[in-house]
This record gives sequence, structure tokens and C-alpha cells, in this order.
Amino acid sequence: MAFREQTWESYISNASPEKWMQVRPEGLYCAPADIYIDPHQPVGRAIITHGHADHARSGHGEVFATPETLAIMRTRYYLKDETAETGLAYGKRFDLGHGVTLWFASAGHILGSAQAVLEYDGSRVVAAGDYKRHPDPSCAPFEVVPCDVFITEATFALPVFQHPPLEIEVEKLMRSLKTLPHRTHIVGVYALGKCQRVMKTLRLAGYDAPFYLHGALKKLTELYESYGQDFGEWIMVSDIPRADKHVFQGKIVLCPPAQINDRWSRRFEDPLPTVASGWMQIRARARQKRAEMALVVSDHADWGDLIRTCEETGAENIWITHGRVEALEYALKQRGIKAKALNMIGRDESVE
Amino acid sequence: MDKFAQLLDDLYFTNSNLAKEIILTNYLRATPDPDRGWALSAIAGTLSFDLFKRNVIKSLMMERMDPFLFDMSRDYVGEMSETVALAWPQSADPVRLNRLPDLHEVIAEFQSRDKAGIRDYLILLLDNMTPSQRWALLKLGTRGLRIGMSARSVKLTLAKMKKVDIDVIESIWHGLTPPYLDLFAWIDGEAELPDLSDKVTFSPVMLAHPIDEDKDLARISPATHIAEWKWDGIRVQISSNGTETKIFSRKGEDISGSFPDLVSSVNFNGIMDGELLVKPGGELGSFNDLQQRLNKKKPTKALMEKLPAHIIAYDILEVDGHNLRQETLSERREKLGAALSENPQTRIDISETLPFKTIDDLHNLREKAAQTGGLIEGLMIKNTSSAYVSGRPKHAWYKWKRDPFLLDAVLMYARRGTGKRSSYYSDYTFGLWSEDGDLLPIGKAYFGFTDEELKEIDKWVRNHKLQRFGPVQEVEKGLVFEVAFDSAQESKRHKSGYALRFPRIHRIRWDKPASEADKLSSLKVLVGT
Ligand SMILES: [Zn+2]
Repeated sequence: MAFREQTWESYISNASPEKWMQVRPEGLYCAPADIYIDPHQPVGRAIITHGHADHARSGHGEVFATPETLAIMRTRYYLKDETAETGLAYGKRFDLGHGVTLWFASAGHILGSAQAVLEYDGSRVVAAGDYKRHPDPSCAPFEVVPCDVFITEATFALPVFQHPPLEIEVEKLMRSLKTLPHRTHIVGVYALGKCQRVMKTLRLAGYDAPFYLHGALKKLTELYESYGQDFGEWIMVSDIPRADKHVFQGKIVLCPPAQINDRWSRRFEDPLPTVASGWMQIRARARQKRAEMALVVSDHADWGDLIRTCEETGAENIWITHGRVEALEYALKQRGIKAKALNMIGRDESVE
Repeated sequence: MDKFAQLLDDLYFTNSNLAKEIILTNYLRATPDPDRGWALSAIAGTLSFDLFKRNVIKSLMMERMDPFLFDMSRDYVGEMSETVALAWPQSADPVRLNRLPDLHEVIAEFQSRDKAGIRDYLILLLDNMTPSQRWALLKLGTRGLRIGMSARSVKLTLAKMKKVDIDVIESIWHGLTPPYLDLFAWIDGEAELPDLSDKVTFSPVMLAHPIDEDKDLARISPATHIAEWKWDGIRVQISSNGTETKIFSRKGEDISGSFPDLVSSVNFNGIMDGELLVKPGGELGSFNDLQQRLNKKKPTKALMEKLPAHIIAYDILEVDGHNLRQETLSERREKLGAALSENPQTRIDISETLPFKTIDDLHNLREKAAQTGGLIEGLMIKNTSSAYVSGRPKHAWYKWKRDPFLLDAVLMYARRGTGKRSSYYSDYTFGLWSEDGDLLPIGKAYFGFTDEELKEIDKWVRNHKLQRFGPVQEVEKGLVFEVAFDSAQESKRHKSGYALRFPRIHRIRWDKPASEADKLSSLKVLVGT
């Protein structure tokens, strides 16, 4: 792909992205700028696509991320006083030095999630991080950035993953609240992103009772609110006296997935354990979690969207980081797109 | 059909049995005939026909989806129906239905169509369904429903709906057929209890517990117990009303068709419980002999003459319309003896009781059983005061099998399991050395090891691969299993000339070199040929 803003360096070197983007033990590495993308070990300079624990971590010297992601990292104590932070709003270009330009495009995954766009030597590489194409009222939508190399995840890269519209899943929950009004609906959600997306979608579907939240979900929900999200009334479970079990009946309690069948859930009367996750499409997975209701809520692109996105970027080369790498590589090659697995270590099945 | 799919989803994801019963009750009350009867049948596992074959589904998928991606998906999901339900690629120009047909319409439609028609109808439905609905259809159609509800808890639900004891349901259940119109008419109070007195029906059998030598032997004495041989045949129930006779398997399957020689010989009115064997040359034959009859839905005259069916009867449940189930075993055996002597049956003998005075005598008898080359599996020891109770009551009947035979065999082939084990090589074929130094397969096993051991074997297989034959992975001849089995029979179908019964992995002999595994000749010694 021809690219407008060529730097002077392109006239003396003609390095292909294979040369300047590398896979190192620490993670994806942009050699001329000496910077890593979502490294899983502490490094000198790091670009962080979003705040989930398998992408963001502590101990880097210098961090480049969206302002929202920096705020999330601060909340999770991933940033120390001595960490040098550079916040870049979506679309804002930044010169990393040595001819490398960085900017962020929204990834539609969670608040602040971004695709890292790197331009060097006349070519453009987009590292998408985690992303999704389904609508999400709690974050900015995915933006297609034309590029030469598109680096994609493959968390749900199998034809069995066809995520239903979230409204249908939320409707299941609303119906159950009506037919089982005596039961406390305990919904297991990850604290960052899933929790807020589910709350927001429930509000849009007309659920108007307060939400009851587990302590682990508080800080990030407040952080979302500080960026203008409105979740209506929510109350900490711990603020309700233990004797008042009736308060929760027919209501929605949100907690981390591990708590739905744990000791914590015993404080509720006749709890109905529910899990909201993309994996819930697979029955055996839902049974494993002992979920009595499985809501298919994914913050990743499904099979169709992964392939569609790779095609829409027009990239000549697709690199695949983590997930069901083999299937996506195979399907892209069948469509005549050059694809390869990056064999990243330390990135197995992403949980969030 | 959508209500049915919803019901299955609700049952599938509900953990407590009580909650499942309530869900099923609500469905059965809210759903009209005949849909509720068909649903009941699907859940209780009493449907007697497939709506379509598994290979139709498979061939539809192969036309629509890349085989590599399909295999990867199925490996990941663990089973075919759910994979198809999730990944079904819509037809290019699908026909849209205004509504999904009712369950009974679906069943009638499939049954009325020919092969090509079944295929078209399946496509039409799959195109119009959600993944959950597709899953329900595929499971219903191939009778593969497993939603964690036993036949017993289905019956319990019905009993609670009518506020009667579960025995009432048990007593009529096997005489009823889907879609159970008479059953629901009775439950709704619009008809009497279905009258099955003139029908020849199955009644659920009484089962034995394996003996716990440390605890149970102390409970046994000649004053309170009898001992009998445990023959290696199949458990059957002979049920006759004087004019019509049926032979049922232990699970209530009607197998009369395979044994017309036996059926036509019976002339009594009642229900007997016993072991079915064959008598080649007038002597009781092995399980292998019996197998040749079991496999034949319509046996030839020649086969019936060569391998005539025979019963060793050990209990009687009803005689001339009298229910004997509440009487003690001693009383029932007396009546069984009387029935057989008043009315001699050419193909039914009474099971002899084995005299014993001490527990040592029982040990000796069990030892004797081990010398019969598998014809006798061990001992049955029964409390003489026990009533005939369906299910597995405690301390009433014990089975005491002789010790299994053990052999050291070499792993030859491995293939992946299904479901939870789909990512592991968990099915193993193993063999023994011939005189010429070849390894000949003698059996397959897929259980007997712990999850931890499974992981280790799986790792071993992956590191010692040879050729691949479709799903079957050949491995280097380097891993020895100590294999336990109940008996071995000569078999022409196996290259080694033998077939094992109930083989399982007893121990993994990581320490033992393959060259020191057993030879075929040691099997010959065990079989006694
Ligand atoms: Zn993420």
C-alpha cells in the first residue's frame, strides 16, 4: 500500500515491516523506536493497547497509552511515580523518534482500548490488541485503519463462535427476573469492561432497579463514571445489612465470575448463578462454571468479524498473536491473504 | 419446537434435581398433547426411532463447511451436535418460516419423508433456528439427549404431578408408549389409570451390589443367605400372560424377536427373572456363543438348532396374576420351584443353590468358578428374607465376581476420546507377542486410569508417534499396560484369534520393557484351550 507521509529514511532504506517489527521474548517489538507493544515483562518503553491484566502490567520505564488506559492502569496500581507516561487521545500523532510515528485508533474492546498504529519507512503496521465489532455503549466503536500489516488476536477464531447481539442475551436475563422473581440473579462479570457494558445495556433495555455490586467492581465502575458513563443507581452489597436478604430478590447482583458459586454467594437467598462471557457459547464451559444461566457476552471479535476485519484493513499481511491461531491462519490463507502465526509466548487463552 | 428447545435449555443449565422437576412439571402442565408426550419421551429416553441419522448431519456439514475448520471446531467443542448447532452455515437462499413447527409436527414430518426429503426438511429447520434450537433438534433427532435428568426423576415428576407413589408410575410405565395420551389423561383427571393387565410388560429388575469383602462377608451366614452361580450370560425377564410371551433385557428392551425358540417354548402365566445362555450340543455355552444369537435380530433355523436358547431362572415376580414381589426370597424360590415342577418348561431350569457352611466354603466356590474358563463369573449371594425391590437395595443381593485375569500387553494404537477427553489420546489398542515375535492386537480399553495417568499416557503417545490411519495413531512398541479382563474367548474376527471381555487398564508398567510383555500363549492357558 502506498503511503503519503514518507520520511527521508525511506529513501535510504527499504526495510519491510518484517525487519522493523519483531517478536521478542518480552513481546512485540518495534526495533527503530526501541519500544514494545503490550509486553509481558517490564521493559524500558511500552505501548499499552488497553488495561486488561494480560496486556497491561507494572514495571515499565515509559508508557504510551490512551488517557483512559493510563487512568485504568493507575487505578490498578500498574503505574508508579517514576513511570514516565504519555497519554495520546485517539488519532493524535506522536513522534517516537528514529522515524517512527505512533497513534491510536479505537478498538471497541473496553474503555480506552486502542489499536496501536505504527508508521515507519513508508509502511504502516496496526497492532489491534483485543478488539470487537459488535456495538458497545460503554466504549468507542472499532475503527478500520487501512494498513500494510494488521496484527490481530484470535481469541474466538473458530466458526462455532458467532456472538449473538447483546440485546438478546440481556433479554434472557430480563425474562428470568420476571419468571423467577424470588431468586437473586448473581451475574459473574470481569471487573473491567464486561461489568460496565452489561450494566449499561441493561439500563438501555429498561432495567431500572439498583444494581448491587461486589467490592471488586467498585473502583473501575467509578472510573467509567468519571468519563461520563451513567449506570443509574448502584449499591455495594456490603452496604446492605446481612439480615436483609429479601432486598436482593428478583434483583441483579454483579460480582467477579469466581464468586458466583463461592462462599460469598451464600449471603443471598436462592441465588441464580449466571455467567456473562464469550465462552458461554460452549455448553460444557457453562456447566464447568456451574452457571444456571449462560449469557454469551463477548468483548472480542467473533469468527465472522475477525475475517471481515482482516479483509477490510486491506493489509497484505496478517500476523496473528494469540488464541485459536491455527484456524484463523488457515481461513485467511484460503481467502488468498498472507497470514502467519507469531508464536507469542505467555499469551495463551486470554481471559478478558 | 421452540418451547421444547427452551425446556431443554432450562433443564440443562439447572443444577438441582428438585428445580428440574419443577421446570418439567410446568412444561407438562402448560403444553398440549401430543407435544408434551413427545417431549417426555425424548427426555426419558423412550423414543424408539431416529428422526435422521448422524451421518446425514455430517454430510450436510461437509458440503457447507471446510473439513479442516469443522474438525478443529469439533475438537474444541467436544461433540458433533453442538458444533453443528453453533457453526451451521445458512443456506445461500434460505426458505424462511413464519413460525417453527410444533414438536409433533416435526416428528410426523420426518417420519413421513424419504431420505432426500428428510435432508431437505433438516436444512429448512436448521436454517430457521437459533443455536439452542438446533442443538435441541439434533439431540432429539439422533436420540442423544443428555440433560442430566434420569428416567427415575422423570417418573418421580409424574408421580408428584398426580400425587401418587412412584411405584404406581413404575407399574404402568413400561406398558405405555409415546406420546402418552392415556398417561396425561389420567394425570389431568379425565381418565382412569391406564389398564395394562392384559398387556405383557416389563417390570424394573432388582440388582445386586458388588460385595465389599471386608464388610459384607461378616453379614453372611447359611441361615440367612443362599449362594448361586453367577453365569456369564445376559440378565433377562420372561413375561407371559399365558398366550403372549416376551423376553426383556435388564433395561426393558424387548428382545423376543431374537429368541423365537425360547418364546414359543414358554407356557406359564407370570414373570420370571433369570440368566439367558445358549446350549450348543446340550451343554451350556460361553458368552461368545451367546453373542452370535444376540447379534441376530432374525435368527435362522440352523443357528437356533446349533445354539438353542436356554434360561437359568432364579426368581419369580408374578404367577397367575398374583404379585409375589413383597414375599421373601425363600417364599418366592419355593413358588418358582413349584411353578416349574407343576408346569415343566423345556428351556427353563431353576438355578441351583450351592451348599455352604462357612465363609471359607464360599471362597472355595468362588475359586471353582474361576476354573470354568469364564462360563461362571463368580457367585451371587442373596438374603433369603429380601423382597423383590426394583433398583439396587442395600444388603439384599451381593455379586462376588472371581478375580479378573491380568496380562501385560503392549500399547499399539491410540485415538482421541470424546467430550471432555477430546483433546487426549484416551482409547488404546494393545497386543501380545506371537510365537513369531509379532505383536497382535487383543483388545481395546478406554478406562481404568486416573486423569493424571491419562495426561502422562497422552504425553507418551505424542512423543512416540509412528503412522497415522485416519483418527488412529500408531505408536512405537514401548509402553506396557497391565490389562485386567473378565474372560477371554476365541474369536475369528480378531487377528490374534482371541477377544477379551471387559478389558480395562489395571496398571501402567512404565518400568517394564515391551519385549518382556506377555505372549499370546499365556492367554491360551487362561482360556483353557
Ligand atoms: Zn482485553
